[in-house]
Amino acid sequence: MSRRFTPKVVTANLLREGDVVYLTADDRWSPHHHEAELIEDEAHAQMRLLHASAQKLLVVGAYLADAKAGAHGPEPTHFREAFRTRGPSNYPHGKQADLV
Amino acid sequence: MYSYSDFDEAFVRARVAQFTQQVERRLDGSLTEEEFRPLRLMNGLYLQLHAYMLRVAIPYGSLNPGQMRQLAHIADTWDKGYGHFTTRQNIQFNWPKLPDVPAILQALADVEMHAIQTSGNCVRNVTADHFAGAAADEIADPRPYAELLRQWSTDHPEFQFLPRKFKIAITGSPNDRAVTRAHDIGLRMVRNAAGQPGFEVMVGGGLGRTPMIGVTVREFLPEADLLPYVEAVLSVYNTLGRRDNKYKARIKITVHETGAEEITRMIEARFAELRPLFGGNDQKLLADIREAFAPPAFRNAPTDAYDAFHSADPVFRAWADTNLTAHRNAQYAIVTISLKAHGETPGDATSAQMRLMADLAEKYGHSDLRISHEQNVILPHVHKSDLPTLHAALMQAGLATANVGLLSDIIACPGMDYCALATARSIPVAQELATHFEALKLEHEIGPLKIKISGCINACGHHHVGHIGILGLDRAGVENYQITLGGDGTETAVIGDKTGPGFAYTEIVPAIERILRAYLALRLEPSETFLQAFRRVGMDPFKVALYETEGAQDAA
Ligand code: HEM
Ligand code: SF4
Repeated sequence: MSRRFTPKVVTANLLREGDVVYLTADDRWSPHHHEAELIEDEAHAQMRLLHASAQKLLVVGAYLADAKAGAHGPEPTHFREAFRTRGPSNYPHGKQADLV
Repeated sequence: MYSYSDFDEAFVRARVAQFTQQVERRLDGSLTEEEFRPLRLMNGLYLQLHAYMLRVAIPYGSLNPGQMRQLAHIADTWDKGYGHFTTRQNIQFNWPKLPDVPAILQALADVEMHAIQTSGNCVRNVTADHFAGAAADEIADPRPYAELLRQWSTDHPEFQFLPRKFKIAITGSPNDRAVTRAHDIGLRMVRNAAGQPGFEVMVGGGLGRTPMIGVTVREFLPEADLLPYVEAVLSVYNTLGRRDNKYKARIKITVHETGAEEITRMIEARFAELRPLFGGNDQKLLADIREAFAPPAFRNAPTDAYDAFHSADPVFRAWADTNLTAHRNAQYAIVTISLKAHGETPGDATSAQMRLMADLAEKYGHSDLRISHEQNVILPHVHKSDLPTLHAALMQAGLATANVGLLSDIIACPGMDYCALATARSIPVAQELATHFEALKLEHEIGPLKIKISGCINACGHHHVGHIGILGLDRAGVENYQITLGGDGTETAVIGDKTGPGFAYTEIVPAIERILRAYLALRLEPSETFLQAFRRVGMDPFKVALYETEGAQDAA
């Protein structure tokens, strides 16, 4: 029996900069997790991943990451993905630097 | 120090030109990521959690001031103003952008550096004792042998696609500061009954998923046989190594599955075939290389200033007693500059710190710098009379932390703050341990102690050979830390034992404190180190301290 599908977002790294990005419902790559499209349907998730993986000049390593609905949009459910939304914890580098 | 030959220079420049084109072709779409990935890895370029990461080789951890300054320049121009020195004596830049990497490699080539073979299933950067050429206990300087191995292994056609990456470490001293027993091949200089120098050859050590201590396949290898013997080991491994299963591909598994006796027999047989093919050119080359590593012209001057400072200035004395090591010339000292200021990231240096260390090496250190596998920087040759001035300059730059060999001199891999393979963070655990024990003022009381932390089972932080090892794991989506005790990375190497269930992120620092308070209570006298006490009493008292406290709290 296959496991029940849990909500996902599509995430990847930018080819040129390496930065973590998320696929939005209107086909942009956003640095903000809360702007991602929260995908509740497995077939749709596969379609969106294919769409992302085809953008070979923009992003690398696209995959589906677990997420849940939050007050301001999708939120990560695993600590690894939570770190990817902000950057390392030893310096204010990465996204958290750009977001303040 | 070794300088590039014309051949080296042309080889590195050609690789930069080749990779520059490959990056262009990736960016214009003529190469797919699947095609490009192995090419970028061949040039030390990884894609990590938040960005690309470039790993630059520092052969046997040796740098000159110009090279150190260039690393600072790269950090400022194409990264975020710092670099991370690793347990393999390399440096990693955490934030390069793909289009900039060709320029970085060009800048490296300008100072005879590169990122070749810092990734992939080939012979990686050969590591060596960071006190090479200076240590009082040394039989011979290991760097010429390491350089010979580097030249022989670079782009060696037979050994570019081994079953798995291959790591060689070498020490010229019977006291092992290069963790030779945890390498695919470990070479430890010894003397035979006739007093001649040669190598004890150890094969099949390694950390990672299946940690193992290398087995000695030769008690004494004459130095002239080094290259054919190492080639024999690699050749046997290349034939027998498991290519069907990545996790069983390292030579440690080959040794384990074949048996030490049989593998020794096979290596010796292959060596007998290969030996006659080495006509002596390797020895001529070695002689040339050796000249490049001739000792500096040591100065003869009084050391009174040092003695005066040492007795008058307690801050200087604390630093000198902790961070200096005996030099073979009694007027000199080996200086370890700690990159472990309490609360900072182990192994990181800012570009300003790199420049200062380069200046100090030039002024006071015969222009020699080393990176240790313990993620510190060494000035191997400093005249004692220069130490007070040197210390004052280091203080100004936040580089005079007197903690070498103590609790806060922690090895920590980048963990989940940077590394895509990590299962938990390492750096903040190291930072909190250091600041916590600094506040308790306990680290000098505790004395010599090696804490090593890895963010996953790959063990880049050497946790298996830490007196206290910490391994970060993912337990149902939260960070969890497993503790091992009694590991040792020296000539008496052992893999540490697991204490039991792991600890949550917020529990790990208190858990280490319980272990260390137990040690303070049970040691026979202050000079009995943690490792000695552990070897005397075993695991049980530490387990009680670690786990029963929780039971007691539950009962209360
Ligand atoms: C790009 C980040 C890194 C990746 C992808 C990576 C990957 C790995 C892997 C897969 C292993 C296990 C090898 C095996 O035994 O099968 C390993 C081991 C190791 N790595 Fe890394 N590593 C990274 C960063 C580092 C860093 C930063 C250091 C030094 C601080 C380092 C030093 C080591 C060492 C010393 C081992 C010990 C394993 C052995 O000898 O068996 N690595 N690494
Ligand atoms: S031990 Fe794991 S987390 Fe740490 S650097 Fe190595 S691969 Fe990354």
